[in-house]
Amino acid sequence: MDWTFLALSVVKIIGLVFLVILPMVAYSVWAERRVSAAIQDRVGPNRVGIAGLLQPMADGLKFILKEDFTPDHVRKTYYWMAPALTMIPALLTCAVLPFGSRLFGEKMVIADLDVGPLFVFAIASLSVYGIVLAGWASNSKYPFFGGVRSTSQMISYEIALGLSIVPLLMIFGTLNLGEIVQYQAENGWALLPLWGESLSLKGFLLFIPIFISFIIFMTSIFAETNRLPFDLPECETELVAGYHTEYSSMKFALFFLGEYAAMIIGSGLAVTLFFGGWSLPFGWLAPESIEADVPWWQGLIHIGVFFGKVIAIILFFIWIRWSLPRFRYDQLMRLGWIFFFEIAVINVILTAVILIWVK
Amino acid sequence: MTFLFYIFAALALIGGIGVVVNKNPVSSAFAMILSFLGLAALFIQLDAYLVGILQILVYAGAIMVLFLFIIMLLDIEDEEGRRFGFFSTAGAIVVAGGLLLVLSGVLKRFEDGDKVLKPLKAMADAPSDVRQVGELLFTTYWFPVQIIGILLLVSTIGVVVLSKRELR
Repeated sequence: MDWTFLALSVVKIIGLVFLVILPMVAYSVWAERRVSAAIQDRVGPNRVGIAGLLQPMADGLKFILKEDFTPDHVRKTYYWMAPALTMIPALLTCAVLPFGSRLFGEKMVIADLDVGPLFVFAIASLSVYGIVLAGWASNSKYPFFGGVRSTSQMISYEIALGLSIVPLLMIFGTLNLGEIVQYQAENGWALLPLWGESLSLKGFLLFIPIFISFIIFMTSIFAETNRLPFDLPECETELVAGYHTEYSSMKFALFFLGEYAAMIIGSGLAVTLFFGGWSLPFGWLAPESIEADVPWWQGLIHIGVFFGKVIAIILFFIWIRWSLPRFRYDQLMRLGWIFFFEIAVINVILTAVILIWVK
Repeated sequence: MTFLFYIFAALALIGGIGVVVNKNPVSSAFAMILSFLGLAALFIQLDAYLVGILQILVYAGAIMVLFLFIIMLLDIEDEEGRRFGFFSTAGAIVVAGGLLLVLSGVLKRFEDGDKVLKPLKAMADAPSDVRQVGELLFTTYWFPVQIIGILLLVSTIGVVVLSKRELR
């Protein structure tokens, strides 16, 4: 067995998941509250630490110290399993995201798979079980409605999500997320085709399908993570709190954090596919090939750039949440099935036509 | 890495047994998902990433969600109260045992079974398995793929027509 590989993987997993993603989850909750306050002309939590920066710690402490109450009418095993099942898939998906180029000759990705986006979709599709189970095991009507809504919503938008990135994969010609980022570093980001091979008629024409897929992709990510324009599963005005109505204390916190973790991973995937991952614009400091090593300071810059972009997308998520009203349920389903699904299929054909006919 | 094989094989088998033994349909469905995950891990161990991932994406992530969705909409109290009758248990054991006998007979005579094949990756500059499968599907097997596509389209239209009929 290859012990250095195992040790390096463990270091990467601990570094990425426990030292970056989990603190980011905590601080995106803080950012959500601060930004929403700014949007609504309030102050938001600013008491604990400087500018409220220690608020996540206080919240964490509160969640742990609160009474962990299990109602009598629930199905115990599944009630306990559900919060973990929402959190685990969200954190598993980060295994294939390339969060940097190379650091000391080591690729900055936990698992360098050739099926990157498929892996993310496959594992993310498992996160629906947590919500479904929470709704069912709570054995009470509003959580159940929340669970049923969430199931149908996630199944519907998974299709649009999967189809929306097919044009990109056709253009990049690979399913390896690392190679996708390298391609974008050399030939222009999918959404910023201003250098390398994208500076051609073909490149500019391809921008049209890429932009369409970006819109479908982002909307579907909103639906998949149950964020506001589509947060019907936990819609407060109709369902109390949706699927986690019966949960308290740390179990509730796990649902909450799982949702934010899914949002961060979704942002990471959007950055990787559309905004060139860890690469700087105009090919600055880009490694010559996927195999080329980069100096350590460039590696650190690439990691910083990746997380900077992720944070920007998270802020976009928050901005949307506090700007748009909630959709009605039938509108949501119609949008997914009748509009996005068809547009995504047409988009695939459009990309194929451009790729074949435009030289 | 053989111990990983045993862990995931055990997971798949335990899941499989769980499907049959559990009286609660939701527990059965979950045991089935467990079994699919174990199977997917076995595929991935064989470097067949595409098959493994599709196993999770299609079966665990889509089909079982629908199963669970339907099961939860039904009233499962009657199912839980049901006892296993003597004849149904005996019949199940006879059928499963017969299948096991036939399978082991066939597998024993399959002489290439103990040959160790080279892993996909080790073959001379092999492209990723997704590319291999894709190229085969759209060159050698393009005709079956087209026929399956048309069949799926027809069945989709059929489902829509059948489910909309009552509304008229």
